[in-house]
Amino acid sequence: MSNDGVDNSRRRFLTAATSVVGTVGTVGLVIPFAASMNPSAKARAAGAPVEVDISKLEPGGMLTVEWRGKPVWVVRRTAENMADLKKNIDYLTDANSDASKQPEYAKNYHRSRADHADIIVMEGICTHLGCSPKYRPELVATDFDANWRGGYFCPCHGSKFDLAGRVYSGVPAPSNLIIPPHQYLSATVILVGKDEGAA
Amino acid sequence: MRKIITALLLSMMPALALAAGGGMKNYSVDIDMDNKASLQRGAKLFVNYCLSCHGAKAMRYNRLAQDLGMPEKMVKENMIFTADYSKKPDGEISKVGSLMEVAMRTNDAKNWFGTKIPDLSVVARARGADWLYTYLMTFYIDESRPFGMNNQRFPSVGMPHVLWELEGLKKAVYKTEKGADGKDHKVLSGFEIVKPGSMSKVEYANAMRDLTNYMVYMGEPALMERKTIGVWVILFLILFFFVSYALKKEYWKDIH
Amino acid sequence: MDKLVALFEWVDARFPLGKMWREHLSEYYAPKNFNFWYFFGSLALLVFVLQIVTGIVLTMYYKPDAELAFFSVEHIMRDVEWGWFIRYMHSTGASAFFLVVYLHMFRGMMYGSYKKPRELLWIFGVLIHVALMAEAFFGYLLPWGQMSFWGAQVIVNLFAAVPFGIGEPLSEWIRGDFVISDATLNRFFAFHVIALPFVLAALVVLHILALHEVGSNNPDGIEIKKNKDKNGIPLDGIPFHPYYTVKDIVGVVVFFIFFFAVVFFAPEMGGYFIEHPNFEQADPLKTPDHIAPVWYFTPFYAMLRAVPPMLGSQFPGVMVMGAAIIVLFFLPWIDRSPVKSIRYRGIHFKIALGIFVVSFVVLGWLGVQPSTPVKTLMAQIFTALYFLYFVALWFMPSFEKTKPVPERVTS
Repeated sequence: MSNDGVDNSRRRFLTAATSVVGTVGTVGLVIPFAASMNPSAKARAAGAPVEVDISKLEPGGMLTVEWRGKPVWVVRRTAENMADLKKNIDYLTDANSDASKQPEYAKNYHRSRADHADIIVMEGICTHLGCSPKYRPELVATDFDANWRGGYFCPCHGSKFDLAGRVYSGVPAPSNLIIPPHQYLSATVILVGKDEGAA
Repeated sequence: MRKIITALLLSMMPALALAAGGGMKNYSVDIDMDNKASLQRGAKLFVNYCLSCHGAKAMRYNRLAQDLGMPEKMVKENMIFTADYSKKPDGEISKVGSLMEVAMRTNDAKNWFGTKIPDLSVVARARGADWLYTYLMTFYIDESRPFGMNNQRFPSVGMPHVLWELEGLKKAVYKTEKGADGKDHKVLSGFEIVKPGSMSKVEYANAMRDLTNYMVYMGEPALMERKTIGVWVILFLILFFFVSYALKKEYWKDIH
Repeated sequence: MDKLVALFEWVDARFPLGKMWREHLSEYYAPKNFNFWYFFGSLALLVFVLQIVTGIVLTMYYKPDAELAFFSVEHIMRDVEWGWFIRYMHSTGASAFFLVVYLHMFRGMMYGSYKKPRELLWIFGVLIHVALMAEAFFGYLLPWGQMSFWGAQVIVNLFAAVPFGIGEPLSEWIRGDFVISDATLNRFFAFHVIALPFVLAALVVLHILALHEVGSNNPDGIEIKKNKDKNGIPLDGIPFHPYYTVKDIVGVVVFFIFFFAVVFFAPEMGGYFIEHPNFEQADPLKTPDHIAPVWYFTPFYAMLRAVPPMLGSQFPGVMVMGAAIIVLFFLPWIDRSPVKSIRYRGIHFKIALGIFVVSFVVLGWLGVQPSTPVKTLMAQIFTALYFLYFVALWFMPSFEKTKPVPERVTS
């Protein structure tokens, strides 16, 4: 073994070249393995948009459907409820929904589409740690709140939301309930999980 | 290039003989994954004629739409007739993302045909394209069978000839041959149409080729992409070989 | 850069990182005359890693349940992104593993690598082979196709051949049922993904530690440690890193060309790597017309079939099949020749080894064929020849004319 006449620059170049090609190959091999952990076609099919028929939904009533394995609530609010929403402003953490997740068309005080303002579609998952809150629409003193203004109450850690899913201040949940993308296929059928914009 | 590699690899090992079952030779059929029109026609035949009794519960309608170049809406409106029993006991019309479940309930099938009806998702990989094509081409009248039909490829098969409206009905033609034992034997030598169907002989053969083509695709949807990707992978590795071999040579100059 | 050096020094003061690097790579001196046959050890390690990595992904989607297993494999093949690629890598990897291991073992037999001081190294190797066969056998049930089911049925029933009334309860204990069933599938899954991979990993570590203790043999069968320079470095040795790392990279790339050619262009390999009847879901009421194990088991399967049942029991066949593997453990002591490498051994050894290899290949071919009287006779002859090799080795020193072994390796 001798080190005479070793062309070090050639050696360095070839080492670098092999490393580069080898890295490309390794990355090429890692991509399929990483991609294999994405939701499969089965999960995507199960998470496909869901149609909800609201023809039998009465004012004050609530429907729960499953979308992507999560409960989605569809609630038809009364005129009185709608009026009350405006009075809640002072009691809310994020009244304008600036720090909350909803499609642009639901970023308003009633958090629903303007053409069906009374109907709200939202994910029934507390933004604190993921429990599903209870529907408590009546404005009466309750065991959890003597001055209850109506809405949703999460039994896990006591978070409270109004009837537009906006979080009341002074509770653990940081933001309003999530509004999923949705659209009206007809006056009585809602498609949850998809809207015209992002088809 | 791909064909050469495939041929080389296959020639290294003779193909395993498929399950025996009569000494009959299969007809051969051309399979072409690039012929999207043929695959689409085959898919139509499949959902119209096969899927009423057989399931293909590894296959999703939307995958079909994507791979065969059909809009999902079209698939939904023209191809989905089945209900999805996995969700509710009384069934719910399948969605475009649903699996190709059988329209018939398994209990009914057992009562009607006295046997479990096989799922067809991967039947092309179990039997081979030629076998399937031959099977579809060799139904003939046989009054001794419960449905009045028999099949040359699969004697005494439990399935009726559901495509008879297309093909028509044919009877078997026999000839006499001397067997190895020196005695005469009646051998099935061909078929004769006794009642024409809506398709001509050539049309029917083409339709069965389309159906077989589709079933080969359904057996392995990845077939569409894997050979294309494979060419790039091998080319990359050949490049890698030259680079790494140069490096090895450079270092091994030290030794001797 | 300085930070990196500092970090390395911090670790090195607490963990023998540098020491391990030197001992096993940069200052592990391997003979400089390795040839083609010396690629297969590192390739076996590579395939082992590939099998583990692909296996982890498959386990994420596979369902070890008789109702769900078959279609969960098809779910992987279709619904999971790149699932087909990972599954084909795993199925091709199983065959590649055996191919590489068989070539690696043949190398050892050719150059006498099992001889003193490498007996234990060889024994660890044979143990890896046995564990690998168990691993492959358990894994083959998982797709829950017809071949999976009936192959397992036949092999488990071999245990029922054990006499003295233990056979039947033993096979039921293995299956956890009276036939291959959901219970069997579940426990085979446990063995395949947890138990045997641990055993294999442990054996691989022992194999490499034993190798690095005694040092590698080489095509000349000379101990390079006998000729050292003044620094105690073998004159015919070169550091594993960088010389054999750069060489093994080339070996890996060439191996990958063949491996991925199969994965992308012929994953079924004409029915040898993935058998056609395995695309039919397991049906306990219907046996396929012809059952053959996967190719890597067929030499041993042919031996099993070659032995006729005695006293109504298949047990003698099972014994012969077991003996074919057990005899390998004793090879270091059966071969009494003072010469290691085939290069300096006599014509008798070369012929004997040639016949041994031919027997193994012919038995492998016979194992996939339906048995006929002629083929059974052939299987008997080649089984005899397989064992005759070991007998011949024992007696060889009394008549074999070996050539003088050189002092230093040839290049």
